[in-house]
Amino acid sequence: MTATPKIALSGVHKSFGPKHILQGLDLTIAKGSSLVVIGGSGTGKSVMLKCILGLLRPDSGSIKVDGQEVTTASRSERKKILEKFGMLFQGAALFDSLPVWENVAFGLIQGKGLNKKDAKEIAVEKLRRVGLRPDVANLSPAELSGGMQKRVGLARAIAAEPEIIFFDEPTTGLDPIMADVINDLIVECVKDLGATTLSITHDMASARKIADRVAMLYEGKIIWEGSKETIDTSGNEYVDQFIHGRAHGPIEMQILKS
Amino acid sequence: MYNPLAIVGSVFLASLAEVGRVFSFAAHAVSHLVRPPIYWRIILKQMWLIGYNSLPVVGLTALFTGAALAQQIYVGGSRFNAENVVPGVVVIAIVRELGPVLGGLMVAGRVSSAMAAELGTMRVTEQIDALVTLSTDPFKYLITPRLMAAVITLPMLVLIANIIGIMGGYVIGTERLGLNAGNYLQVTYDYLEKADVYSSLVKAAVFGFIIALMGSYHGYISRGGAQGVGKATTNAVVSAFIVILLANLIITVIVFGGKG
Ligand SMILES: Nc1ncnc2c1ncn2[C@@H]1O[C@H](COP(=O)(O)OP(=O)(O)O)[C@@H](O)[C@H]1O
Ligand SMILES: [Mg+2]
Repeated sequence: MTATPKIALSGVHKSFGPKHILQGLDLTIAKGSSLVVIGGSGTGKSVMLKCILGLLRPDSGSIKVDGQEVTTASRSERKKILEKFGMLFQGAALFDSLPVWENVAFGLIQGKGLNKKDAKEIAVEKLRRVGLRPDVANLSPAELSGGMQKRVGLARAIAAEPEIIFFDEPTTGLDPIMADVINDLIVECVKDLGATTLSITHDMASARKIADRVAMLYEGKIIWEGSKETIDTSGNEYVDQFIHGRAHGPIEMQILKS
Repeated sequence: MYNPLAIVGSVFLASLAEVGRVFSFAAHAVSHLVRPPIYWRIILKQMWLIGYNSLPVVGLTALFTGAALAQQIYVGGSRFNAENVVPGVVVIAIVRELGPVLGGLMVAGRVSSAMAAELGTMRVTEQIDALVTLSTDPFKYLITPRLMAAVITLPMLVLIANIIGIMGGYVIGTERLGLNAGNYLQVTYDYLEKADVYSSLVKAAVFGFIIALMGSYHGYISRGGAQGVGKATTNAVVSAFIVILLANLIITVIVFGGKG
């Protein structure tokens, strides 16, 4: 195991005023693997992703992508690093001023300077990849259902064929069947691209489907990490409480204490 | 804790910090003017949104104000048998002050709020974060084009407002107050100086910058869901109003600063 991890976080701290969100977070993701981070709402899962992407600046700690430190990277270095990433946002975050196909092609046109005609062809192809017909391409995002918006968001995330893809609660807000469809698409698309992925979710069905490895975030730290198969026998009472969705357990006691 | 001086002091420091943040936001946006790419298509679209859609409200404001002004000056002037000052005072008041200031305020009401609402929604729905992950600088793509469009468009709008304002005075002056039509236009023309027109357009450009800056800034930094966007919208309009009026005072004192 001497290979450089694709992503490595160590000792990452991030606070908003008095709220200490990340408190010394350590995490490594091997190239080509799929890590799912589970944790309750508001525990800082999205904040963690945004720190890696440079959308938020951590207060301290190190974040490396392919061995390159991102927290101290210059503007142009950071731009290079960002080109490795695709991200599916929690609410899809589609640009509502643009039609669906321009959303999907956005990174190709603005980021890679592709001409519109070629970009549209690729966009339609990516839409097909996520199960959407070509006539969806000219609709506005506001005309789509939540599940279709997630698919378009997925198509946008994979359009530039990134090396690393982040999924922020890909199934939240979807019905169980649509959630499973999205999970399948994620697994297929990731396999196509051979990408490294980091997903965050509190949906255990989704985690079991898309993960190689699972980690649990609690009180700003990773308190457990293991392969998907070991999650039911982790012996960690926090993990047990979370995956079984029990109201009572160590997690509740912590809430009461504070 | 309840020392009034301490409260005043901390409010003062907080305002100072806010002013500093606005300035650095503006500097960042302006710095993108010299770093390609420049999104011309977005600039044109924004010019259309700001300019064309503001024409009715700006035009009507100017028309009614010019007309009311002529009526008031006529009544005031007639006490000294000086009804003939109407065209001269109207043109100076409109071009130097009322055209740019009222035009700027009306556009601020429309445009600062719309920009804050749009960018605020983009912020809270993570669309701005999405831009970054798609290798696009949100300042370059969102903020700089809005600032440029407003700086270009406001002078055009104010020029039109000035003309309509003068026409409003003309209509009341000639139709209702019985002033001689040919004479009215001649006096208007004689009173109007190049410097007045230039200062009017400079004010308009500055106000355009303020309108887009306040709308963009408050939208860009907003957070906290729909409520946060609502707050951003209000803050954008209120701050745009105050800063426009302050900037107007400063420009007026600089350009027309003589005491005689
Ligand atoms: N930009 C920000 N400013 C202030 N607080 C924030 C910001 N972003 C997130 N937070 C706070 O950090 C905490 C964790 O948020 P988040 O990472 O979105 O949670 P989740 O684990 O559900 O994704 C929340 O309490 C949230 O209010
Ligand atoms: Mg989240």
